[in-house]
Amino acid sequence: MTTSNLMKVMLALALATSFAAVAAEKEVSDSDRIAQYRDMISDGNPADFDEMAGEELWKTAAGPSNATLEKCDLGKGPGVVKGVYAILPKYFKDTDKVQDLESRLVTCMVTLQGFSEEELVKKPFSTEQKKSDITLLTTYVVGQSKGVKMNVSTKHPKEKEAYDLGKVIFNYRAGPYDFACSTCHATNSVRIRMQDLPNLNVKSNAQSAYTSWPAYRVSQGLTRSFQWRLNDCFRQQRFPEPKFISETTIDLTMFLAVSANGAQYAGPGLKR
Amino acid sequence: MNMEVNLERRNALKAGGGLGLMALFGAVGLLSSKAALAEWNKTAFSAKTMDEALAAMGVSTAESNAIFIQLTVPEIAENGSIVPVSVTSTFPNVEQISIFVDKNPSVLAAQFNIPAGTESMVTTRVKMGQTANVVALVKADGKFYRTAKEVKVTAGGCGG
Amino acid sequence: MGNPMKIRAGLKDGVTEVKILMQHEMETGLRKDGEGKLIPAWFITEVLAQYKGKTVLDAQFGQSISKNPYLLFRFKGGAVGEKVTVSWVDNKGDKRTDEAAIA
Ligand code: HEC
Repeated sequence: MTTSNLMKVMLALALATSFAAVAAEKEVSDSDRIAQYRDMISDGNPADFDEMAGEELWKTAAGPSNATLEKCDLGKGPGVVKGVYAILPKYFKDTDKVQDLESRLVTCMVTLQGFSEEELVKKPFSTEQKKSDITLLTTYVVGQSKGVKMNVSTKHPKEKEAYDLGKVIFNYRAGPYDFACSTCHATNSVRIRMQDLPNLNVKSNAQSAYTSWPAYRVSQGLTRSFQWRLNDCFRQQRFPEPKFISETTIDLTMFLAVSANGAQYAGPGLKR
Repeated sequence: MNMEVNLERRNALKAGGGLGLMALFGAVGLLSSKAALAEWNKTAFSAKTMDEALAAMGVSTAESNAIFIQLTVPEIAENGSIVPVSVTSTFPNVEQISIFVDKNPSVLAAQFNIPAGTESMVTTRVKMGQTANVVALVKADGKFYRTAKEVKVTAGGCGG
Repeated sequence: MGNPMKIRAGLKDGVTEVKILMQHEMETGLRKDGEGKLIPAWFITEVLAQYKGKTVLDAQFGQSISKNPYLLFRFKGGAVGEKVTVSWVDNKGDKRTDEAAIA
């Protein structure tokens, strides 16, 4: 080793140790600790069981028409499940509407299986007593997009319109507290209890938030869909509860999904 | 596993009732020796305090050792319903690893018997009603050793 | 009959790593239902993992193990394609056996 090389190594060592000392002194924040916790529980997601149950439902004949959902077109043609969540919401010709996964599943359950839409949307979310078929199916379908890059289109005028409206709704202040989604989700380090709320105007936050839903909620012991997430945030916002798969919820989903474009879909997630 | 054993196991499964795994597997000869499986230690699992639990497990002394027992827990658990716990021991001849939560209504969470050929490490998840110590107890060469770490719980996980 | 488990077993450098996720409520017996009545204790008490008829892990659980119990452990040896069998019983005598091929 030449002298100058030796010097370089010694300098590097000296720098490394002083950095280490700085790092050790730096206070570990609660956010870091929570990140550590989330990382430690990321394996072994109970949502896996709902994926299994949802796949069973997908393949089992049901409803007045006694049909399976295997011919359901979720956006990539009849029966294609792989990768569809990464392109939803999307405009569908047959309904002439922009639909998210949950609303599209309802369409298929109505057209293929003969269920009544009115009945389906009455109790769309799981409870401790009964898991929702729509949520189970949703969990199965999203699992088939794990690792697929989000690529939601706004090419169709109706898609563009949904996106624009979603953006407006996100920033629209109203309700008894004059809250908008952006009140809680458009500045850094807004906190409720211990959790930092994601600033959804920051691309990387929007990506990690959107791609980790649907998610198994530890506190509830249930897998929750994105429609549920929005519903719960409307409640946080003291807004009237939005109707399941209403246009407003789909517009918002469109806005958030497009904001997540480019990221790999990582759900179903696991949340506190 | 051959057909015959499978069939036998099915019959045993059908026999149902309150059969423990020991009876279940012992009966069909799936275990090389019955003694390999210890019976579920009701007294230890019902114990309300660490002392009671240790007594029920026949532990008179357990030396503190944080070097040969690595206990990995999060510093903060966002939800007490799921607290990941990992215990690894570098003692030779580890026979048993147990995990306790010292402030839970029943303190003993799990006991693992480690047969030869199985690494002395295990990861599981426990519930915690409040901020408390997670205790790892390791039996190696017939002796007991322990270590503990505190986990802060922001939302309790025992309900009701 | 209990609900199926999810078992993954992978061989790496001569060691088989087994990850098990069980479906079980793991009721502590201390929780109350909507009407304020105690929900009776209902939890897995024993778990046994075997490879080629030999026990590779023998676990006993109490009420403090989380809902949908998770286990990770490793044993020496194992061969790709061979099966790891896992069984559990709970305090009501319900039981479940599943197996997974080592990958
Ligand atoms: C009063 C504050 C508040 C308002 C207003 C609010 N949210 Fe939330 N949002 C929350 C909280 C609290 C969470 C959950 C954080 C947690 O559980 O860790 C959350 C979570 C989310 C998440 C999931 C983030 C993740 O990473 O899991 C999304 C997406 C979201 N909100 C969207 C919205 C939308 C869209 C609106 C407007 C309809 C909205 N929120 C309005 C408080 C709010």
